[in-house]
Amino acid sequence: MNIKILGSGCANCVNLERVTREAVAELGLDAEFEKVTEYADIASYGIMRTPGLVVDDQVLLSGRVPTAAQVRDLLAPLAPVAG
Amino acid sequence: MSLAERVGAGSATRRWVGLAAAAAVWVAAYELNVHLWDWLVFDVAGLDPDSRLGSGVHFFFYDSVKIGLLLTGIIFVVTVLRSFMSVERTRALLGGKREGVGNVMAAGLGVVTPFCSCSAVPAFIGFVAAGVPIGVTMSFLIASPMVNEVAIALLLGLFGIGPTLLYVGAGLVVAIVGGMVLGRVHAERWVEPFVFETRLRGQVIDSTIGLTWADRFQMGREEVVSILRKIWPYLLVGIGLGAAIHGWAPEDLFTRYAGAGNPFAVPVAVLLGVPLYSNAAGILPLVEALHDKGLPMGTLLAFMMAVVALSLPEMILLRRVLKPRLIATFIAVVAAGILAVGYLFNAVLA
Repeated sequence: MNIKILGSGCANCVNLERVTREAVAELGLDAEFEKVTEYADIASYGIMRTPGLVVDDQVLLSGRVPTAAQVRDLLAPLAPVAG
Repeated sequence: MSLAERVGAGSATRRWVGLAAAAAVWVAAYELNVHLWDWLVFDVAGLDPDSRLGSGVHFFFYDSVKIGLLLTGIIFVVTVLRSFMSVERTRALLGGKREGVGNVMAAGLGVVTPFCSCSAVPAFIGFVAAGVPIGVTMSFLIASPMVNEVAIALLLGLFGIGPTLLYVGAGLVVAIVGGMVLGRVHAERWVEPFVFETRLRGQVIDSTIGLTWADRFQMGREEVVSILRKIWPYLLVGIGLGAAIHGWAPEDLFTRYAGAGNPFAVPVAVLLGVPLYSNAAGILPLVEALHDKGLPMGTLLAFMMAVVALSLPEMILLRRVLKPRLIATFIAVVAAGILAVGYLFNAVLA
């Protein structure tokens, strides 16, 4: 699973990364994290408010910092099925 | 009703009852505030209300509580209301609109759309990539920081509905006309080229769908905490300065030098305001005290707009997408608009 955190370094993007790592740990997922900080790249995903959460090139959320539980709910359906 | 439904309905009722109770407490606190400090400062501490120390101290505490309450109340309400509006939806509404109509819509939307300085650049790129004309985008960028809820909350509480409406109206006009002017001079030639090459890939998601009332209240609470945490030093400095002026400056300090008759008052106010970086919260207590000492409302509103509309951090951020020429033009157009507003208000309100 490829997770990108979109944001240029303000407190919100740091918090988003933190709760996303929590959710990933809780779900036991194998995910690689990337930070996207260049504005051109951020805007190309179509979001207009940072922070943004992109998983496997799909924009899941933008503009606010969710709780770890909310990120879990967003990520759970995307987790690869074992076996 | 199933148990789950009953539990759900119960917590919804509790939420609204809780909100009503909080509102009642807020109103009570607001009304009792001045009496509390009258008693504490003048009766308990024994300070003389006519003395400089007495009135300065009273002002400091009374104003701090009053402004704290105003900020809490209005930020919460506005954040909840704004959670129904998203920048993505604004962009969809503005895409393809011509000049004129587009500028008016953009300015109006700039007021109601949630926006923070860190979003200025992605928002700008997003608007341009979606085909929103540059002048229309500028109207949005001018209106958004200027007509913000903190400014409105404080103006409402300190000066009443009249000056507040004037401020909002003037801010909208400056945004609309400023955006149109920038569109006329073909400001797009001064935008960094990569912005036009940005392709929006993937679907655009609307960040406001699926929000429950619990989510919205949560966002409201978080925004209050976040804003208060950011601005409380500015607030205390502003109120402290205001209290000092209130207590120690002579009543007609400004009418002698900067009263309505002095034509240089407005340009000086704007020139002072442009490089100053503060949010509305720090500036308004100062503005209130200056008003008490005789500075005309038009000059003060111009000063406030100049401080709030043009902030150095935002200009630095915008440098990523706007060439220096456009930034300079942007500042000049907005400053000119504010100057005009200042003169107009002084003439009208005199």
